Amino acid sequence: MFNRRHIIGAAGAVAFMLSGNLASAEDKLYVPLISKGFSHQFWQAVKIGSEKAADEFNVEVTFEGPDNEGQVDRQIDMLAAALAKKPAAIGFAAVDSQASIPMLRKINEAGIPVIAFDSGVDSEIPVTTATTDNVAAAALAADKMAEAIGGAGKVAVISHDQTSRTGIDRVDGFVDRIASNYPDIEVVSVQYGGGDHLISTEITKSILTANPDLKGMFGANEGSAIGVVNGVKEAKADIVIIGFDSGAAQKEAVRSGIMAGAITQNPVGIGYETVKAAVRTLNGESVPKIIDTGFYYYDKNNMDDPEIAAVLYD
Amino acid sequence: MTAVNTSSTPSFAARLFEAGAHQKLLAFASLVLLLIGFSIASPNFMQTSNMIAILQATSVNGVLAVAATLVIITGGIDLSVGTLMTFCAVIAGVVLTNLGLPLPLGVIAAIAAGAFCGLCSGTFVAKMKIPPFIATLGMMLILKGLSLVISGTRPIYFNDTPGFDQISLGSIIGEVVPSLPIPNGVLILFLVAGCTAWILSRTVLGRYCFALGSNEEAVRLSGVNTDRWKIAIYALAGSIVGIGGLVMASRLNSAQPALGLGYELEAIAAVVIGGTSLSGGRGTIVGTLIGALIMAVLTNGLRVLSVAQEWQTVVTGAIIILAVYADMVRRRKS
Repeated sequence: MFNRRHIIGAAGAVAFMLSGNLASAEDKLYVPLISKGFSHQFWQAVKIGSEKAADEFNVEVTFEGPDNEGQVDRQIDMLAAALAKKPAAIGFAAVDSQASIPMLRKINEAGIPVIAFDSGVDSEIPVTTATTDNVAAAALAADKMAEAIGGAGKVAVISHDQTSRTGIDRVDGFVDRIASNYPDIEVVSVQYGGGDHLISTEITKSILTANPDLKGMFGANEGSAIGVVNGVKEAKADIVIIGFDSGAAQKEAVRSGIMAGAITQNPVGIGYETVKAAVRTLNGESVPKIIDTGFYYYDKNNMDDPEIAAVLYD
Repeated sequence: MTAVNTSSTPSFAARLFEAGAHQKLLAFASLVLLLIGFSIASPNFMQTSNMIAILQATSVNGVLAVAATLVIITGGIDLSVGTLMTFCAVIAGVVLTNLGLPLPLGVIAAIAAGAFCGLCSGTFVAKMKIPPFIATLGMMLILKGLSLVISGTRPIYFNDTPGFDQISLGSIIGEVVPSLPIPNGVLILFLVAGCTAWILSRTVLGRYCFALGSNEEAVRLSGVNTDRWKIAIYALAGSIVGIGGLVMASRLNSAQPALGLGYELEAIAAVVIGGTSLSGGRGTIVGTLIGALIMAVLTNGLRVLSVAQEWQTVVTGAIIILAVYADMVRRRKS
């Protein structure tokens, strides 16, 4: 009895301390961002972008996302908690393009504008979506892959998931471009590793075992691309790797030449544009339905150009 | 064998407050203190809509925890509850969306799939003498894989089955009392918990559940076919997980094949916070419910307070350890 009281008391005290620093910010507009992921460097870069915009427009932002990019229900619980905080607007990157719609309707009914970022939802509720044109970005990856392997041979794709917009668009963008423009290239395998480095590594090794004549692999997000790099290293294979996104490990892989190059989005820009769109919406200004935040191809020759270096993140 | 004797005490209410009463009181007090603490810390916490959100977040984990409680009381452990939930949801998806059969058949199929998988786990444990940890770990992986295989690694949506989302998201209470739209998923949790508590305290199956956990050898020596009872308990737990799968699928209006891994640990955490002993023979459903609520209140409260996400997980982990430690200390004293 004695012990339990103490414990809860202590937890309560911690909670009070943590809540103390929020009280001062209550008069600012509050915009929580509910992301698709949290710990990967990509999401941390989105977070940095949102904080940059928060400073510039004098609003309060928080950034949360499920630990694992498949946890649809956790994300809905996060939306519910965000709604309880009576925010001015909510930024949202959907894990599943449909499952969250009932919750979004509730938010909509409460008169709170929703700004989608990264992954859109199959709904008219979001005021706008700040995102990369993933189909076009993955098609560019396919072009670069074809160029690097000489326009013929077997390639494989490892993607993060098959439920989110980005997962679907990147696989489709890559596979469709190969199918339509490069008849001599065959996509032998498309596998999903949940964006997990280790799982993607294992998948890579098994694909390499099954296809010893493989010419190249495309890793469709940061975790998948690092998995491909690790798998190729462990299997001591020699193939062309095209990655997606940046992050310290991927930048290093490009610099060292093990990865031919990668597509980078502009995650800082995604975070920034999301908060900016929220502020503009709250001020009654109109925003376009899609905010294209852009993408670039980088390799070891151009990665230090100021334009590219600005969108790469560690 | 003491548990067997106490559970034959006639009055249901009396028993509810007997064995684990002190523990439940403690857990309940912690829950109330958490609620009060968060309410003081943030004016946004104590709102009807947020309380409903907490209950909704508890619904699936609560059902899984109830199932896990049964197995844990027998002295076993079930690591497959998370992926079994997903598997049952996928089965419902196949029956309703891919085959286009009517809603009741989907419900029955999901629960039957759960019961069958539980039966398999139970057989591995009881007949083949595989330790429960390993048997259910194997099932966990098999089911995770099968969910992906059967669904073709894509989520199955229930858009062609109107009313399916009402299983979890609709509100029978809300139709009677419009100001209290408690979703049906929460009702299902309490219904499942109530039935399971009744089975544990009023039926032969429940009595053997405790007896197996206290002293399996003694039960066997007294001429009882322990294997059969153990398999029955795993199957019952599996069918409860099937209900959890339906609640989850209905809430998301889709069967998400990639979901489920990690949910077993949260269910087990809820069971342990609720005072059920991992070594078996002792435990209550009410305690488990409170444990699941504590987890949900904690997660929601920390979010509403805008505690950084990195710290939320640290605090949750610490609370689990402290809660169980406090229970140990109290037990040693008594």
